[in-house]
Amino acid sequence: MRKSFGDEVADDLRFVVKSIVGEENFIEMTPNKSNNYCCGGGGGFLQSGHTEARRSYGKIKYDQIISTGADYCITGCHNCHAQVHDLAHHFGGTFNTVHLWTLICLSLGILGPNERTYLGDDLKEVNVFHPETAL
Amino acid sequence: MPENSIKIKGKKKSLFIDKVKEIIPDGGNLNLCLTCGACVSGCPATGLEGMDPRKFLRMASLGMDEELTTTPWVWMCTMCQRCSYVCPMKIDIPQLVFNARAAWPRDQRPKGIRDSCDMAMRNDSNSAMGTAPDDFIFVVQDVLAEYQEAQPEFKDMQAPIDKVGSHFFLNQNSREPVTEPDELVPLWKILHLAGVDWTYGSKGWAAENYCLFLADNDCWEHVTRVSAKQADELGCKVFLNTE
Ligand code: SF4
Ligand code: SF4
Repeated sequence: MRKSFGDEVADDLRFVVKSIVGEENFIEMTPNKSNNYCCGGGGGFLQSGHTEARRSYGKIKYDQIISTGADYCITGCHNCHAQVHDLAHHFGGTFNTVHLWTLICLSLGILGPNERTYLGDDLKEVNVFHPETAL
Repeated sequence: MPENSIKIKGKKKSLFIDKVKEIIPDGGNLNLCLTCGACVSGCPATGLEGMDPRKFLRMASLGMDEELTTTPWVWMCTMCQRCSYVCPMKIDIPQLVFNARAAWPRDQRPKGIRDSCDMAMRNDSNSAMGTAPDDFIFVVQDVLAEYQEAQPEFKDMQAPIDKVGSHFFLNQNSREPVTEPDELVPLWKILHLAGVDWTYGSKGWAAENYCLFLADNDCWEHVTRVSAKQADELGCKVFLNTE
């Protein structure tokens, strides 16, 4: 998105994220937006078989995330989600990697019990929509 | 020309970099490098395979075509464009990388990427997992019905497929319908509450595009046309790419 439409779109997304989690809970990475580091999941890297190189590439992103101290990292697409999730697992990070749609629905109180795979224990039981439908 | 200038003898061979310059906009500024190193210092792929973006570009300028078109580094650059963003001369290194990928014999390109592209070519879904249109339709309808019942506030929620005249044509990474269908639902809920007029396509619904990553231009064009044609035939105004 940002690659095609520029930093304005990145700002729009920050508006959304801050509206959901509250300004005080939003931590920006540095550098960011167009100057940001790619997570290393894109360009086919995830399927290329060069696993060690992919994780070494992603270490920069991992360190960026860790230095925010945040409990949750929001990823913009499925590829980034898979890569950042793997980086956390591989390098021992305890942050959770979530899709934006999960947080939007959580904030609206419409996130059911089976739509919470990527939430951490701190949010798993929070404001569950139709808890009786848990599988 | 001064007397003592060095004259290069022999016929100039056709260089990889010249070919790339011909096919990308403004020649990608590929001969404007100041060797400043801004690209290198901010590239996460710097150092992998002993390569970095400036070195790659210098090697191209020097005509080291053999090395350029065989280094596995081209599969480790994600074409993220950070280098071009910081480059004072706006040099398009990612395009150079893409074309170096394309120079590899297809059967020697990374198997995982190639297989995903081949899967996408199997049917009109474009799915890297080879999921057929009927299977996608089944999963979407099944999950939707389940949630309409389990969460009555969303009994009117829709997940339309091939809805003619929809404003948005939405695609979806195959992993969601195939391996974690519950992850489809939050997005549907948001679109429902926002009153968005959207549809999936039975054709071209898969968002991932490994033929692009494989640098297989013919297959890339094929899958992209399948999606674009479906969106056009349905009369959609905006193509929403979720990948
Ligand atoms: S940033 Fe641009 S000018 Fe500087 S070394 Fe890299 S390609 Fe050359
Ligand atoms: S496009 Fe490739 S070379 Fe440029 S910064 Fe990204 S990974 Fe590095």
